[in-house]
Amino acid sequence: MSPWLETMRRETLLVMRKKSDVLNPLVFYLLVISLFPLGVGPAPETLARIAPGVIWVAILLSVMLSLERLFRDDYRDGSLEQMLLSPHAGAGLVLAKIASHWLMICVPMLVLSPLAALLMGVSLKALVAMMLSLLVATPALSMIGAVGAALTVGVGRSGVLLSLLILPLFIPVLIFATAAIDAAAMSLPYLGQLALLAAFSVAAITLAPFAVIAALKIGVQ
Amino acid sequence: MFKWLHPYAKSENLYRLSGKFLFWFGWLGFIGATVGTIWGLAFTPADYQQGDSFRIIYLHVPTAMMSMSGYLGMAIAAFIGTVWQQRHADMTVIAIAPVGAVYTFLALFTGAVWGKPTWGTYWVWDARLTSELILLFLYLGVIALYYAYEDRRSGARAAAILAMVGVINVPIIHYSVVWWNSLHQGATVTVFEKPKMDTSMLWPLLINIVAFGLLLGAFTLMRLRNDLLMKEGHRPWVKQVLEGKS
Amino acid sequence: MLEARRLSLARQSRQLFSDVSFSLEPGHALLLQGRNGAGKTSMLRILAGLARPDEGQICWNGTAISQSDNYLQSLLYLGHHAAVNTELSPTENLRYLSALHDDDSASIDDILCAVGLAGYEDVPAGQLSAGQQRRIALSRLWLSNSPLWILDEPLTALDVKAVAGLERRFKQHLDDGGMLIVTTHQPAILPESVTQRLELAALDPEADS
Repeated sequence: MSPWLETMRRETLLVMRKKSDVLNPLVFYLLVISLFPLGVGPAPETLARIAPGVIWVAILLSVMLSLERLFRDDYRDGSLEQMLLSPHAGAGLVLAKIASHWLMICVPMLVLSPLAALLMGVSLKALVAMMLSLLVATPALSMIGAVGAALTVGVGRSGVLLSLLILPLFIPVLIFATAAIDAAAMSLPYLGQLALLAAFSVAAITLAPFAVIAALKIGVQ
Repeated sequence: MFKWLHPYAKSENLYRLSGKFLFWFGWLGFIGATVGTIWGLAFTPADYQQGDSFRIIYLHVPTAMMSMSGYLGMAIAAFIGTVWQQRHADMTVIAIAPVGAVYTFLALFTGAVWGKPTWGTYWVWDARLTSELILLFLYLGVIALYYAYEDRRSGARAAAILAMVGVINVPIIHYSVVWWNSLHQGATVTVFEKPKMDTSMLWPLLINIVAFGLLLGAFTLMRLRNDLLMKEGHRPWVKQVLEGKS
Repeated sequence: MLEARRLSLARQSRQLFSDVSFSLEPGHALLLQGRNGAGKTSMLRILAGLARPDEGQICWNGTAISQSDNYLQSLLYLGHHAAVNTELSPTENLRYLSALHDDDSASIDDILCAVGLAGYEDVPAGQLSAGQQRRIALSRLWLSNSPLWILDEPLTALDVKAVAGLERRFKQHLDDGGMLIVTTHQPAILPESVTQRLELAALDPEADS
């Protein structure tokens, strides 16, 4: 089997064995969202007003938390060295690994988004926009986040550092994704925002694997 | 390119060359900043709308411009370090980062001080101020990443990669913030539209911009030279330098 | 042929080694010796291309390893860590590693039997002993057909029987024209006639005094 498919198979197996790696970010996602009504009050109009921002901040945070483990175990047990010593292009292997992460973390978030929308009183139109924005923008989050995870892999306790590195880079995604949901809630067209988000994702998928490889090479030194 | 850089790959040569640059950058920057600031604060006419409060522009605009140029310079050094594997270029990245962060902080601080008389509040989510704030976070990320590594050289390499990733994102972040700001149009006053400045006000500003740039270079070189001495402490040339000075 | 030219490395202003040169012909082994902290592991990582020396270069068949297009295909590196994921079974671990390195994955089951892991094929590696985990990693020596092996303390945690098996495998590899670079505290397992020794002397003045 090709090394890329084998990488994805291995990542899937690992998630099956350690379900908490997937479940914890999802629980965290819903938990953060459910804190907001408790913080600002349950008035539906207030919630609907802040819903896109709250939901997307929760997404950014839980994607970021889930990324911390992306290369951590492989770094500790030496698998990362073996990946870097593979004669196959490192960028492809890294892409396979991040794609598995996206399938197992971001897609479940997409599936859970109706629940999140229900909690925040989001209308059906806005829910559709939210799901579309999740679909096209989360690949960019996974890719950018992977760069941060790779840069901090050789560093001991890296949780807070990781957030300092990658949250500023998530800002454009936050702006356009929330704008898309806002526009949808007001029955305005939001295709432009989605197109921009998709462009971010394409650019990140193209460029980030090389940065990840360069960062991992530093990490294993 | 590599051939041209090669002699300076030797730390000793780089140390001596940077010493010469430091002298000129330092003095020209110091004199320029003194002249520009005094001229700007004392000898330009007051603005007809904002009165004397506009004078903080002579600190705000130079620091803001140079904080961005500093990030660009950092990314260029990072690029050289990555492509030609010059570890002194990586050291330069780390030499610039804290200086750039201080410039960014000064730009934010002067912006807030200026905001109070103009907008009636220290902080508004103006597009430029927001971008500047995010730039500060980007600088802090580079610095934090460097110090997180135990091995200084790996830290510098990692910081260089982050600087390059960051510089691709800086324009994206900037334009998305501008767009976001236009979407949420609130209390923003377009004070920053400044091409209508009178030449008598403009000259000291230009002098200060150049001078602050030179000072940025001078501070960077000072940090770089310190780093060189620390890192090569066990080499004979460092001992020579230190004995020559004392 | 692997050639190292004037390698030097310093860590945190401490010189680990400098001006180390050697060349290794097919059919020969290189035993890397030195006290703890002399830089043996760093040297192996440099030879594998995972780290960079401060000075010097390494050539594979006359080309610098960073430029060589077949160095990674020719290399089997087993580091200090076994590259065995504790959540996965021996078979799953080896499948992944073989896919990464284009090794022959069809014979994984036979080789697991040969290294004494029969019956443990589907047990998560985390439930196996340190010696058994090491055997999973070492199975790659039978799966791979890379000519150059770089092994960092391969005998750690192995019992006598496994060491004997490894000794036979080393001899076979060298007889087939393979190359071997190894650090170990049991140099007797290498055939004396084709083994070069390289002593990494500690250059640190504090260590000498």
